[in-house]
Amino acid sequence: MSKRIEVRDLNVYYGKFKAVEDVSLTIEPRTVTAFIGPSGCGKSTFLRTLNRMHEVLPGAYVEGQVFIDGHNLYADNVDPVLVRRQVGMVFQRPNPFPTMSIRDNVLAGVKLNNTRMSKDAADEIVETSLKGANLWKEVKDRLDKPGSGLSGGQQQRLCIARAIAVKPDVLLMDEPCSALDPISTLAIEDLIEELKSEYTIVIVTHNMQQASRVSDMTAFFNIAGTGEPGKLIEYGETTTIFRNPTVKATEDYISGRFG
Amino acid sequence: MDTPAYANSRRTISRTTTWATVGLSALLSVALFALLNFAGIARTFDWVGSLVVAILLYVVLISVLSAIVEGRRKSTDRFITTILYGAFALAMVPLISLIVTTIIGGIKRFDLQFFSESMRNVVDAGGGGLHAIVGTLEVTAAASVISIPIGILTAVYLVEYGQGKLARAITFLVDVMTGIPSIVAGLFAFALFSMFLGPGIRFGLGGAVALSLLMIPVVVRSTEEMLKLVPHELREASYALGVPKWLTILKVVLPTAISGIITGVVIAISRIIGETAPLLIICGLTDTTNYNLFQGRMTTLPVFVYSSYANQGTGTADIDRAWTGALVLILIVLILNLVARILSKVLAPKGSR
Repeated sequence: MSKRIEVRDLNVYYGKFKAVEDVSLTIEPRTVTAFIGPSGCGKSTFLRTLNRMHEVLPGAYVEGQVFIDGHNLYADNVDPVLVRRQVGMVFQRPNPFPTMSIRDNVLAGVKLNNTRMSKDAADEIVETSLKGANLWKEVKDRLDKPGSGLSGGQQQRLCIARAIAVKPDVLLMDEPCSALDPISTLAIEDLIEELKSEYTIVIVTHNMQQASRVSDMTAFFNIAGTGEPGKLIEYGETTTIFRNPTVKATEDYISGRFG
Repeated sequence: MDTPAYANSRRTISRTTTWATVGLSALLSVALFALLNFAGIARTFDWVGSLVVAILLYVVLISVLSAIVEGRRKSTDRFITTILYGAFALAMVPLISLIVTTIIGGIKRFDLQFFSESMRNVVDAGGGGLHAIVGTLEVTAAASVISIPIGILTAVYLVEYGQGKLARAITFLVDVMTGIPSIVAGLFAFALFSMFLGPGIRFGLGGAVALSLLMIPVVVRSTEEMLKLVPHELREASYALGVPKWLTILKVVLPTAISGIITGVVIAISRIIGETAPLLIICGLTDTTNYNLFQGRMTTLPVFVYSSYANQGTGTADIDRAWTGALVLILIVLILNLVARILSKVLAPKGSR
């Protein structure tokens, strides 16, 4: 399953501070969209509003609407917990659960929700998810070992396996490779390419090459200065953004002339 | 030839010389105190005194020697290192002395009879501390049953849910509770139960309530610290999988912090298991083994030790029993700590961080 995301006039606040201002964009199903921009420009914050994860911080709220296949995430009758089962997330630092084995980490989304399932069904999920995350071959003989014993790159792929095990429609990735070495990064990028056929993927990255390599669409965010809200400056096909950006700020940023 | 600037131009003090200095300081110190002893100024040989003097002597000797041979930097290093080790050695003296004294005093009556008989109808020798052991175990267990859930739940509230005034007020009250003198807790429980169950009431559960007043703040504080150590990223990872907050706390946060929480709980139990004053008021004193927490007086080990010492008969029977009571109390705390260690090891998150 894969779904279209439509954002209309979204403002994000942390208490009184307006972190992101007036973002509207549409993300098509089965595409990879990259968010780029300088640190603190609100791209991660914006990403987190797509599965209501920003609400985890006290005082955070949004104005505006986010539609996933026509349903507003911020309608009154929407339970954020259920939203997050539809829209999965992978974080900057790999964060497998230290108390759980590799197998249990993959099954975490299912097990933590107290869903009962047969051992066969669980094995099936573990295998398909780990295969989906390109990790199966490396860990199939040590599924009962703790997840925190893996290398950083493996841990991140374990986190991706964990995220896709609950079969979300959309996968959000918040700088998934920034803590990884180039080889692990390549593995994750290949994985994103494969996952694209099934999921709508949104990725925040500081790495411009990565954005140009993996994404179909790119959105550039920027801030006017400290304390100002972040804004969506330009959004379009990745090739256009990188070759012929229409806004000067975008061109400056991607060519490294920023600041 | 050229000597590089970083080469050590000075000589160093060898290990043999270092140990020789240690020996010399010890010898001088012992000789000094022995002299005092012979001269009749001190009546007995003062071991602790000679240790302190030996350490001080060694600090001076090695620093001066090092300053002459090795230079100022090394000398300072030796000075500080010696002070640190010396402080540690001094801190160990009372602990070791306490344990050795208790073992020597307590081993005499550390027999089967002590663990199988109470003091009922015992006037002089014989008898035992069964009633006190039972009392300690039951009252402490009851206090733990009351305090651990309340304490852990309060900590979970403070860390995971509490914001604003209410949480601040609770934190403040917990801090105040930490400072309550234990006798006040005993009086509180006594007053409370006297109100409902008639004046002069004395029973085990009342003691457990008094102890839980002392135990809850310790459990809250330590659990709070442990929960704060759980990385926020783990909570986020769980939320991102569509896991509700309460399940995240129950299945991710608490299991991750469990080994620290257990340690905190055991420290809290060790803190209250030796309480005497409040139990003397609300649990009273009896020579009979009472298994019923809800009725009748109940003696615990600290109260037993106190009363044996306070009301000595002729001969040493009471004093011997008091020592053994103290020894058993130490052993119970020791066993608790060991169990907690093992539990923490088994339950702790595995693998590298």
